[in-house]
Amino acid sequence: MSDGIVVKQTGPLALVEDGGRFGVRHLGVTQGGAADWISFRWANWLLGNPLDSAALEIVMGGGLTLEVERATRLALAGADLAATLDDAPLTPGSSFTVRPGQRLVFHQPLAGLRAYLAFPGGLTAPEVLGSRACTVRERLGGLHGDGQPLAVGDRLSWPGEAPAERRLPEGLAPHMPSAGYRLALVPGAQLAHFSGASLYRAFNMAWQVDNRADRMGVRLSGPALRCALRGMVSEGIPLGAVQVPADGQPIVLLNDRQTIGGYPRLGALTPSACASLAQCLPGTEVRLAAQGPGQAQKAHLRQLAAWKA
Amino acid sequence: MTPRIDTTAMDALMVRLFDAIDESNMAWVMAADRALRDAFGEALIDLVPSYTTLLVHYDCRQLDHSTARARVLVALDGLAPADTQAGRLHEIPVWYDESVGPELPRVAKRAGLDVEALIARHCGHDYCVFALGFAPGYGFMGLVDESLATPRLETPRRKVAAGSVGIADRQTAIYPLLSPGGWNILGRTAVPLFEYARRGEPLLRPGDKVRFKTISRAEFEADGGDTTPLEERP
Repeated sequence: MSDGIVVKQTGPLALVEDGGRFGVRHLGVTQGGAADWISFRWANWLLGNPLDSAALEIVMGGGLTLEVERATRLALAGADLAATLDDAPLTPGSSFTVRPGQRLVFHQPLAGLRAYLAFPGGLTAPEVLGSRACTVRERLGGLHGDGQPLAVGDRLSWPGEAPAERRLPEGLAPHMPSAGYRLALVPGAQLAHFSGASLYRAFNMAWQVDNRADRMGVRLSGPALRCALRGMVSEGIPLGAVQVPADGQPIVLLNDRQTIGGYPRLGALTPSACASLAQCLPGTEVRLAAQGPGQAQKAHLRQLAAWKA
Repeated sequence: MTPRIDTTAMDALMVRLFDAIDESNMAWVMAADRALRDAFGEALIDLVPSYTTLLVHYDCRQLDHSTARARVLVALDGLAPADTQAGRLHEIPVWYDESVGPELPRVAKRAGLDVEALIARHCGHDYCVFALGFAPGYGFMGLVDESLATPRLETPRRKVAAGSVGIADRQTAIYPLLSPGGWNILGRTAVPLFEYARRGEPLLRPGDKVRFKTISRAEFEADGGDTTPLEERP
């Protein structure tokens, strides 16, 4: 059956993701969903899809090769993974047409870490607990509903027809974070239990994105932070929570985080800051910048308004 | 009871009811769960109850932080404890055997019991489900008799079989899925916790009670249980 796109070769990781799995966290089921939800939404926007339609989240590239069987228009946003269509370079933040027999290859990260490839009407995949988000650890969602990442031989299909071309509005294209990027953090949770010196360091010194980073969490390395609190009772963890285990090195918890946990926290990054962090390669220097919940909400609503245009 | 409400993210509040784990907390946590769900309605994205707290994740397109905080206070005003009899009692059959429960001797030795007496003690209490987390369908339960309290393994196992029943400190739990884990494993159940969770109908819910029941290898096999020894898993 020639009706889609076939995976010829895999890279480090490619997952079907949508906006996430909500309303089930009290059952121990994680949120999931596109880690850089802003780029993901732009990819869908470029095709006129509902913004949370299932798309591919491609990490690093690493030779992921997709062979086209059916002519259509696809959209790419987020990281620049040196993608090519039959050797012609593709620019993130645009849509492009493909013909049967063409090969789409994602090579290596030039800027950012995660690229989003969107399909007309969204990728076809079974809904599991209300979402198509692939959470490997939980074995939920994805192309076959069992939490498996993209594998050789998988065939991607979509319900829509090729839409007309749409271009990103001037000045709204998401850019990949560069060195010194300031991640907005809403202070709270156990913040008061950290020493004054630790809080000074947290918000005034540089942090490096560690190579221990995945969709569950991203470890930051830098000065050790000390918290007086010991033996905390486990509690629910919001997106972006910045937890500090005994070694004093913070871990920012992202989409596939555990639903409850017992490490003290400084607060949580805003959803937009989480999207940026998800694009940081190991070694990237970032800073934490405190932002009140009201201010964070206003910035978030401005971001959401960008797609209404 | 005066709840404390902490800012915990741009669009989430932590409602703190208690400071320490206790079985008697759950009547209040479940009552607060219901009251908060009713009060937030469509503006609620997720509500995560745990031992002493509830995380309220609300839709910041509908509510700002101070409105959400005010809504929590109104919802919890005059809260009465939920009927603890309303939670379900689950009887979970477990094949306690060293092949699938390698820490039976360790836990028994610490408790100064023989293995039979340890099993009887583990089966002798109706455990309260405090929270779900770690994996879909994984329920944190307690409190285990103090004599059985055993710290986690120094080196967690890379693979713990689905259905494994374990103890960590004064908590007990069942692994719904093959996963890494550091709990002391005593036995295995054939109850398909993950299959329930996958359908969105987890067997165990916060506020439920669980009673373990010892069964023979033959009964475990008749239930469709996998008798592969824990340490031999690939």
